[in-house]
Amino acid sequence: MKHVDLLIIGGGPSGLAAAKMAAESGVSSLIIERDTKVGGQLVKQTHMFFGSEKQYAKTRGINIAEILINDCKEHDDKISYMTETTVVGLYPDYVVTVMDRNHKYSKIKANTILVATGASEKVLAFENNDLPGIYGAGAVQTLMNVHGVLPGQDVVMVGSGNIGLIVSYQLMQAGVNVKRVIEAASVIGGYKVHASKLKRLGVEITTNMTVKSAQGNGALESIVVQKLDDDWQFIPGTEEEISVDALCISVGLSPLSNLLSMVGCEMKYVSALGGNVPVIDHSHETTVPNIFVAGDVCGVEEASSAIVEGYYVGLIIGNRLGKTHPHYERLIQDFTQQLDNLRSGPFGEKTRSGLAQLRGEQHA
Amino acid sequence: MRIKEHPILDFKETKKLHFMYNGKQVYGFEGDTIASALHALGIKTLRHSIELKRPRGFYCAIGNCASCNMIVDGTPNVRTCITPLKEGMQVETQKDKGVYNETR
Ligand SMILES: Cc1cc2nc3c(=O)[nH]c(=O)nc-3n(C[C@H](O)[C@H](O)[C@H](O)COP(=O)(O)OP(=O)(O)OC[C@H]3O[C@@H](n4cnc5c(N)ncnc54)[C@H](O)[C@@H]3O)c2cc1C
Ligand code: FES
Repeated sequence: MKHVDLLIIGGGPSGLAAAKMAAESGVSSLIIERDTKVGGQLVKQTHMFFGSEKQYAKTRGINIAEILINDCKEHDDKISYMTETTVVGLYPDYVVTVMDRNHKYSKIKANTILVATGASEKVLAFENNDLPGIYGAGAVQTLMNVHGVLPGQDVVMVGSGNIGLIVSYQLMQAGVNVKRVIEAASVIGGYKVHASKLKRLGVEITTNMTVKSAQGNGALESIVVQKLDDDWQFIPGTEEEISVDALCISVGLSPLSNLLSMVGCEMKYVSALGGNVPVIDHSHETTVPNIFVAGDVCGVEEASSAIVEGYYVGLIIGNRLGKTHPHYERLIQDFTQQLDNLRSGPFGEKTRSGLAQLRGEQHA
Repeated sequence: MRIKEHPILDFKETKKLHFMYNGKQVYGFEGDTIASALHALGIKTLRHSIELKRPRGFYCAIGNCASCNMIVDGTPNVRTCITPLKEGMQVETQKDKGVYNETR
């Protein structure tokens, strides 16, 4: 059986950042990634990021992925990769089972494991929600921005969080007609700048509205939307039919934490963090010693915080394995500070309260 | 349909790849996944649900939900959203759970 010092499950921003810091500390790692290449969600994000300079603000997501991948390339002697390979099992004896691109299974043993699997898009329950043509918003973003294929001609977006707004804008950029963005809540969920950009293009954003059903013979042809009152109850007589050949669902992400449940980590359901998340201490170690987490899998946030968490955990794992980074103390302090800054202000409130709930602390 | 012009991205035409879809020869391009190549051809139904045989297309495109499973070169349950297209592949709509073929 192959044996490694540090096994990283998931080559998204958090996994790549951790590999870099571990390598700088002197630790070799193996990154296992089920997609064809590393980069995670960033490989499809053509928009410029917010945040501070330190987390590559004003840089497009796709370019941030390039930066992280190139940083790792500088440590080619310490970082190796297995792509098109899915981790299907994680066991208490620190063995993972993987399925490779030829559908062959094998086992790998590790001294420390970092689970950086990210999150997946939620589904929404309504009649015929399984018709081909109904896709996650991030999935449509991949189809368009990675593969250059259009999802359809006329689209409705369900959900006005940042992802819903950004993908709607990118659909318009690619030449797709976004007929409307609908939002069940009474207010738009995402940043005002994103909403304004859409409105300038003439896209209507309707609040207090959801999708009731979908129709189509073999594939999506139309949807029925309906108004909701402030208690999220349907208002009779407000149904409206819209013909579309694609519907994007953007109603949030939930952490891909099933491998952690499998290995027996203590889990907690924290709605503000997206769902079932592992209980962790300040070093991002789960209740199973030497199994660490970083990024969306331990609370859905943003790429900026996923990157910083990755750096932070990479340092800690190095130290755990007896290889302390030359600037350990200073960097730990710096990354802690950066995370605090990212989570300050009104938009960080959700994360702050979620983390407080996870740690069983009282939240002011 | 493929994007021809884009304000930010540049989609260069890559090598044409021929493959078989349910016995018919079709093509996609290098860099495609099986699912993206089929979608570009207007093919949205990739499999049928196991019990009720309802048509299903992809949903997550990150290899997580199994909604895009097809039979590829005789192997069932291949997640076509993260499987790169290759010249000469045999791709079929999957209509049941699939049978594990130990000799492969
Ligand atoms: C449309 C959209 C817009 C966004 N905009 C912004 C923004 O403007 N600013 C910002 O900061 N953030 C933004 N984000 C969020 C950001 O992309 C994520 O928070 C970030 O990518 C999380 O990083 P991660 O490393 O935790 O996970 P991911 O990027 O999801 O990476 C996880 C990786 O793990 C792999 N994986 C999962 N399970 C397995 C397994 N079992 N075996 C092997 N590999 C596995 C996946 O394939 C993936 O590559 C946006 C997200 C989306 C979808
Ligand atoms: S669409 Fe979800 S696994 Fe392919």
